[in-house]
Amino acid sequence: MAGKVKWVTDIEKSVLINNFEKRGWVQVTENEDWNFYWMSVQTIRNVFSVETGYRLSDDQIVNHFPNHYELTRKDLMVKNIKRYRKELEKEGSPLAEKDESGKYLYLDFVPVTYMLPADYNLFVEEFRKSPSSTWIMKPCGKAQGKGIFLINKLSQIKKWSRDSKTSSFMTQSTKEAYVISLYINNPLLIGGRKFDLRLYVLVSTYRPLRCYMYKLGFCRFCTVKYTPSTSELDNMFVHLTNVAIQKHGEDYNHIHGGKWTVNNLRLYLESTRGKEVTSKLFDEIHWIIVQSLKAVAPVMNNDKHCFECYGYDIIIDDKLKPWLIEVNASPSLTSSTANDRILKYNLINDTLNIAVPNGEIPDCKWNKSPPKEVLGNYEILYDEELAQGDGADRELRSRPGQSLGPKGSRLRDAGRTVLTTWK
Amino acid sequence: MLQEESDLSLIIAQIVQKLKGSNLYAQLERQAWASLQRPEIKLESLKEDIKEFFKISGWEKKLQNAVYSELSVFPLPSHPAAPPEHLKEPLVYMRKAQGSWEKRILKSLNSMCTELSIPLARKRPVGEQKELLNKWNEMGTDEPDLSLFRPVYAPKDFLEVLINLRNPNYENGDSLSFRTHLGLIQVPLKVKDIPELKEFFVELGLTTGQLGIDDSTQVPPELFENEHVRIGQKVLTEQDSAAAQQYVRQGSPTALRAELWALILNISSHPEDILYYEQLKTNVIQHDLLVDSLIYKDVKLTASNDDYYFVFEDYLYQVLLCFSRDTSVLSHFAYNSASPPKSYIRGKLGLEEYAVFYPPNGVIPFHGFSMYVAPLCFLYHEPSKLYQIFREMYVRFFFRLHSISSHPSGIVSLCLLFETLLQTYLPQLFYHLREIGAQPLRISFKWMVRAFSGYLATDQLLLLWDRILGYNSLEILAVLAAAVFAFRAVNLMEVTSLAAAEAVLADLSTLKVMPLLQIFLFATVT
Repeated sequence: MAGKVKWVTDIEKSVLINNFEKRGWVQVTENEDWNFYWMSVQTIRNVFSVETGYRLSDDQIVNHFPNHYELTRKDLMVKNIKRYRKELEKEGSPLAEKDESGKYLYLDFVPVTYMLPADYNLFVEEFRKSPSSTWIMKPCGKAQGKGIFLINKLSQIKKWSRDSKTSSFMTQSTKEAYVISLYINNPLLIGGRKFDLRLYVLVSTYRPLRCYMYKLGFCRFCTVKYTPSTSELDNMFVHLTNVAIQKHGEDYNHIHGGKWTVNNLRLYLESTRGKEVTSKLFDEIHWIIVQSLKAVAPVMNNDKHCFECYGYDIIIDDKLKPWLIEVNASPSLTSSTANDRILKYNLINDTLNIAVPNGEIPDCKWNKSPPKEVLGNYEILYDEELAQGDGADRELRSRPGQSLGPKGSRLRDAGRTVLTTWK
Repeated sequence: MLQEESDLSLIIAQIVQKLKGSNLYAQLERQAWASLQRPEIKLESLKEDIKEFFKISGWEKKLQNAVYSELSVFPLPSHPAAPPEHLKEPLVYMRKAQGSWEKRILKSLNSMCTELSIPLARKRPVGEQKELLNKWNEMGTDEPDLSLFRPVYAPKDFLEVLINLRNPNYENGDSLSFRTHLGLIQVPLKVKDIPELKEFFVELGLTTGQLGIDDSTQVPPELFENEHVRIGQKVLTEQDSAAAQQYVRQGSPTALRAELWALILNISSHPEDILYYEQLKTNVIQHDLLVDSLIYKDVKLTASNDDYYFVFEDYLYQVLLCFSRDTSVLSHFAYNSASPPKSYIRGKLGLEEYAVFYPPNGVIPFHGFSMYVAPLCFLYHEPSKLYQIFREMYVRFFFRLHSISSHPSGIVSLCLLFETLLQTYLPQLFYHLREIGAQPLRISFKWMVRAFSGYLATDQLLLLWDRILGYNSLEILAVLAAAVFAFRAVNLMEVTSLAAAEAVLADLSTLKVMPLLQIFLFATVT
């Protein structure tokens, strides 16, 4: 039935609304018949909750998976990855191979993490092994760097101890859940400053897994020089790259916003470190994104009305190893600079082109295989269907960086978009 | 015949003279002495054996590179009776113009100095020295009050001077003819036309592989890129400057660029070089110069706001503050039409024994100066290496972009080349722009003065600078400027004001440099 797509949103951002309007879509309210709802994470909870939820019809699409928090909550992400690794180990998969010190060779991409207060004692044991290490405390349910702090002494987190005196007055559930991770105190520095990578990944379906990587990611730099010195552990301008935090710094610049494109990073690393190590780094980054999605795919509610655009945060250490810090279900659509606005506008544009084919009223039964022309700035990161159809003679040990066969080429920012496939 | 021979021996004598004072000479001497212990060195054939040893051990290559470097940098001597000013600039009227421009700059600097009651130089108190040493790696966080400082001059001011340059011996008559030059530059210098440029830039031709074109997505790497990279690696292993210079004419692979440029510029980081840099750093710590504030201001106005270079702000201070104090830079004034400004110790005005060059390196920075250094930060992250590369780039190329001379790579020639290309090959566009009061040079001047730094995307800029090094000439800047106008000609024909023309040409960050150049030089019907 030809008609205009009816959209609703509870996120008032111009990059969204402009995209809907340019397609000639019609704005409606939540209570009317809608086809497309770009919702906040609170709303998706309501839509799929037992009490307030309702069934979505075939011509309705939403921008979150019902239980996205399996990937986007810090504690659940770590749980799922740990479970995934153990499963692979049990199967005897070569991916789960470990080195002499017991570290996973290919799946060690999340810093050592514990949940507090549940794993408090395990954490203390680990802490005592290297007492001079720094750890980072993050509240499970918050974003934008809120509530994060660094510790290097056990006394600083006494509150979360299970045996603490306060626990007799407080039940477990009222103590806010935190994760504590080993702090990467040797980040790769450029111009003496710490930065992280923000990459956008679109998932249209989890089973089979089909995901796309946005070519135009960016680096977020701290405005203050990095120092691992203990006297600056409290200085969030040194340690946290979130724009929400940095923009309050004295030296924040509104023209460039402390951001670099991923292409700049690539040029810099190739020029100063060489092509091989740079390509290896980017291959590893793609690898860890795909592995993280595979880890949660079994538990994800693969509702056919859903797609999701995640914001991946990755930190590179000075050995050029990438670490997955977290995944955001609602990456910020606020624009801090003019370039930012253009980037986010195009991001939404390309996302809508893939999720809502031809801009017409959606039918959630479609095969979710968009033609290559509509990808825009997205590249196929991993397509499970294509990968499986490629034959069983593929080496299982196809580590990133070792291109195999006609399909096994790396993603390159120069746009040689070839599928990277691993089993 | 005899003249050529004596010319050649004169050149050889001069180069030998220069190299005798260099570090390389001392090293070669040491190596020669040490080689006497080797079994293959025999007393009867001492000279040949040592020469053979130098060849095998790579020292001959180093000497070759040093000689090549001298030949590239120093202009060939002309008549032995020619006075040294001729080496700087043979034409009298150019020398005079440069002289008066310098007087103006110095006056401006001195008056700023008096107005603000800041000394040109002062020794820092010990406390301040300690503070600066601590902050050496993050001088960007310093927030001195720079509001009262103004850049000594901006490219716009310099352009006005060039527009008013006239050769007193040249009468072009008042009547307009087809030979009249429609542009702003009205001096008769010889510039190349497209056939000559095609010959000069023959490696940029359509049938030769280029990085910046033939490494793009649609071209399989086996066709050009892989082989080119392999050759690049070979050049680096051979450590041959001349070969490297020839090689980068087709562009340098990103991973090899840092080393190739260092090889072409004949920069190798010996302990002495690092020590020299540390010495300069000490000078910075001990003394504060007025030009330091100018440098600060410039970095804050330009690089700090740049999408690509803001990350390297602190490196820029570390390089430029040291650069101001580096007296070895003074030697380049032998072939630069400019001369270092002189200042006199207080109360001793006019007494030559009390004259000092100010700043110590003789170069007064202008608005945008820091952008010469910024792109190099993508290649070198070790401060002393970065410093050496920048210094060499400056004394070989960049100084020509802000001094008045008749040299083919000097800014005057570049402006004239740009205007002539436009007038000859895009006459309709040129005429139209002139009619609406938008002389093309007014827009392209700033691009050329900065060697396009800050206007092009960094990867494109580096491909452009590859060719500057490869051809040992800045003419490509003028050709690119013309090519940009040619590319946007359709839009430019529709504008009706200077502001609108500026707007069409405001954003060059999406341009791909090599295709533009190739099309303009080799694929346009002339």
